[in-house]
Amino acid sequence: MPHSVSPDTGSSGDHDLPDANPQSSHSTPTIRAGESPEEAEKSSTALEDMFDDDDDDLDDLSSSMAASQEPQSVQAISGAQSARFSDPEIMRAFYQRLFPFRYLFQWLNHSPSPSTDFGHREFAFTLPNDAYLRYQSFPSSDLLRKQCIQMLPSRFEVGPVYSTNPRDRKTLRKSSAFRPLNKELVFDIDMTDYDEIRTCCTGANICHRCWAFITMAIKVIDTALREDFGFKHILWVYSGRRGAHAWVCDKRARELDDSKRRAVAGYLELLKGGDSSGKKVNLKRPLHPHIERSLRILRNHFSDILETQDPWLEDDRAAHLLSLLPDRDLVAALRKRWDSAPGRRSGSKWADIDALAEARVSEHLDSKALLEAKIDIVLEYTYPRLDAEVSKKLNHLLKSPFCVHPGTGRVCVPIDVQKVEEFDPLEVPTVTQLLDDIDQWDHDKMDGVDGEGTGEKKIQDWEKTRLKPYVEQFRNFVSELLKDERAIKRERDDADPMEF
Amino acid sequence: MIRQDFNRIDAKRRSNLDPKKKQFAQPAFQHHDYQHRLNFYVLPPTAEITLEEFEEWAINRLKVLSELESCTFRNRTPDETASYMAPILSKYLALHSNSSRSSMLQEERKQDHYSHFILRLAFSSTEDLRRRFSRLESMLFRLRWKEDDARERREFVDSLDLRWEKVGDEEKRELASELAAVTYKTRQSDDDGWFKVEWEQVPELVESRRVLLKRGVAYVPAREQMSLVMAEFTRRLDAAMELTARALPRLDEDDRLTPILKHLSASFISPASTYDSNSALPGTLQPHANNIPQLAQHFPACMGQLQTRLARDHHLKHFARLQYTLFLKGIGLSLQDCIVFWRRSFSLMTDEKFEKEYKYNIRHVYGDVGGDSNRRGKGYSAYSCQKILTEPLPSAGQAHGCPYRTFSIDNLLESLRSMGVHDREVLKTIREDVGRQRYHIACNRVFEYQHKAELDGKPGQEIPGLKETIVHPNDYFKKSFLLKHWGDKEVREGADAGGPLKMEE
Ligand SMILES: [Zn+2]
Repeated sequence: MPHSVSPDTGSSGDHDLPDANPQSSHSTPTIRAGESPEEAEKSSTALEDMFDDDDDDLDDLSSSMAASQEPQSVQAISGAQSARFSDPEIMRAFYQRLFPFRYLFQWLNHSPSPSTDFGHREFAFTLPNDAYLRYQSFPSSDLLRKQCIQMLPSRFEVGPVYSTNPRDRKTLRKSSAFRPLNKELVFDIDMTDYDEIRTCCTGANICHRCWAFITMAIKVIDTALREDFGFKHILWVYSGRRGAHAWVCDKRARELDDSKRRAVAGYLELLKGGDSSGKKVNLKRPLHPHIERSLRILRNHFSDILETQDPWLEDDRAAHLLSLLPDRDLVAALRKRWDSAPGRRSGSKWADIDALAEARVSEHLDSKALLEAKIDIVLEYTYPRLDAEVSKKLNHLLKSPFCVHPGTGRVCVPIDVQKVEEFDPLEVPTVTQLLDDIDQWDHDKMDGVDGEGTGEKKIQDWEKTRLKPYVEQFRNFVSELLKDERAIKRERDDADPMEF
Repeated sequence: MIRQDFNRIDAKRRSNLDPKKKQFAQPAFQHHDYQHRLNFYVLPPTAEITLEEFEEWAINRLKVLSELESCTFRNRTPDETASYMAPILSKYLALHSNSSRSSMLQEERKQDHYSHFILRLAFSSTEDLRRRFSRLESMLFRLRWKEDDARERREFVDSLDLRWEKVGDEEKRELASELAAVTYKTRQSDDDGWFKVEWEQVPELVESRRVLLKRGVAYVPAREQMSLVMAEFTRRLDAAMELTARALPRLDEDDRLTPILKHLSASFISPASTYDSNSALPGTLQPHANNIPQLAQHFPACMGQLQTRLARDHHLKHFARLQYTLFLKGIGLSLQDCIVFWRRSFSLMTDEKFEKEYKYNIRHVYGDVGGDSNRRGKGYSAYSCQKILTEPLPSAGQAHGCPYRTFSIDNLLESLRSMGVHDREVLKTIREDVGRQRYHIACNRVFEYQHKAELDGKPGQEIPGLKETIVHPNDYFKKSFLLKHWGDKEVREGADAGGPLKMEE
């Protein structure tokens, strides 16, 4: 798995994100402040187990750690932005005034009054000094909020609901009494997994052109989860820099054990093999209906990808394309044509395949095999690349929605899947912008209405900012989820009144 | 005679009744008539069996499950597992089809039935054990399902009363092309049956996209029926185990069973073996005081390293001596030779000190001194892997134990290299085994690597239990030695006959 990809210094392009920290260290973070050795050991395995896979987050860790170790002067030059985002006063204001704790609580609690769904839920905090605190739990949203304001975590993660309160786990006589019961089914799509096919950016950087990969992936995965698995409550969240997370919140999804989570991940996973392996798509024919449908979604994007990414412009990448084609004579003819036309664009190269095939450069061309190979290529260059390990484990932790990405300052906002094409990661508000929004609003209000509106409902700070549409979207999502939860609960109560 | 009323433990709605009363409420002697070879183990056994049967049947089944588990540890393919397990199954848990007309049918099925329920009791206590048991029983069921006669299998399925919804003709027509794609056929043939189930029931079919999914419903082709049956088997077993676990405390009533059950679950935690000293060698090749260093090439790492340490330090501490002496006794070293061996090895020690402090212990181990029971029992028996693996870890300066468990990984790999294991793949897998605490699997892997040529070759294949997993250091020695010397007629005949091999003082 491609780990510890550090932000690339040499990147260019108008839309590139501010570089978090060019000096960022490659070293795996060792973050053990304030823990007993035993605890530290546990948390180090836990690190490997639980969140080794979230590349976006690993970057955060290494970059934020590097930031805290770099001399001030370096930061002043290169990391001025990122230093601002992790400023304690900014984080305090963010947790105090902007983070939608109430909806987060309802989301995880599945009912308005506190239950063990929330109370036994594990939270893990990454503190400003990079200590990693696992097994935090809170009886109410207020107490979670309080601890956030007090500790100012650079982010926190959400884990499973346990059989007992995670804070009590050490007082239990039997270790088996402490076990994860349920958690949302989660997915992680990260741009790192696209590095071998994207040409516009590298490492932690993204632009509109490569974000198209994430958009396509969201469409395909979301459709499959709904149409095939019948899930309804799927929350897509921007991971803050170069990827997206999905939280499938249906009760049926939350109750899946590891073998069933693995089944969903396996069903959706298509590309096998690492960076250097040859053919990544090996499918039996006819194609499974899920692949067939995904192909219908992806086909439209394929020509865009050829246009914007130009993935076969360079010789070695074009050679990879040739290696995926079945006919030796055809391959030879293509190689000849491309050798004599350096700089030929990918779209033209793709068209050359059919053109030369029709020109009968090969005597024994198997046109069916060629067609199938071309479909495999379309899939290799468009089909979602999931970080499947994240999805397979019930006890895997994932960064909470609405956290601030320490490298970019952007808030991990929900993505409206109905309008996924319109989502622009580069327009997602940063924490500093949001605080400015509040100031601006208060200022305007002072100028305008001047002390009136006493009978009005108090306006929340997030409503004064461009975070508003995202919080509202989240609120609507949560209320739809709760509606279904109530229905399920009623059904169960009716069915078996003696059970309780 | 003993009667174990499994009903009491299994039936949910009765769990709040006074168990004593219940015993009278039900006729206790019911003999099952086993119509099918396969069994979903829904009904608990009710007839009486002897304590000996109780233990023996359970141990036999345990042997089978342990071997199955070792197959999964070694990533054997289903086919490899099937052929590996075939002789083990026929030896410990034979189950013939109806068509075989075997006179043993009912008896075999009874043992299968009872042993399943006994182990269910033994393994209900912790969630970890339950999970392992359920996984292995499901594997065993699958293995038998696959080799079952097709007609008998169908009759068995019909008897199960499984409520799977059949896909109607109209719906089949509507979905024709999609259904065909799932079975990777270009066209669907008319008689292909399909079932509808919740997708969670067939996770493995979902994972490999061998079903059609529509809004949470999986359309399963009839030929994937095994997955459905398997899912049902596992689901029912898990539910029953859960109930058994809750009722388990009441089992303490019968204190004759508790130790047996405890022992059974303990041997599941680490490999158990009852080693009979048949491992000793025939006359001319018998070990004596002078040839132990030569024989050490056949020792497993736990004993080989003791020999190395002894040769280097001219001394071993108490537990190491005990472990090694018992092993040497097990391979047939006589008491007299054993004393001579130790005397020579402790070359820096005075005769007086040896006589006074060490000799007695050796004699004690051999049953030459000590109380009546020690003499009658001919001393202690050699340690099994289970025993060695469950002992407390050695402290500094102590050398006993299983090196796969006690050595740091670097030291372990180093000592394996000195045993001639250089293959990087093998070392890598061993590293993984050890990381997962599958110490005996790692040891077996070393054995297989060292005897690859002989194991693949023709001669020696008839060595009893050759391909079964080694769970006793003496067994390791015996197999290694026999493989090397199979050409020797005396060795061969000794091993075949079994009995005469045993060397007694
Ligand atoms: Zn880009």
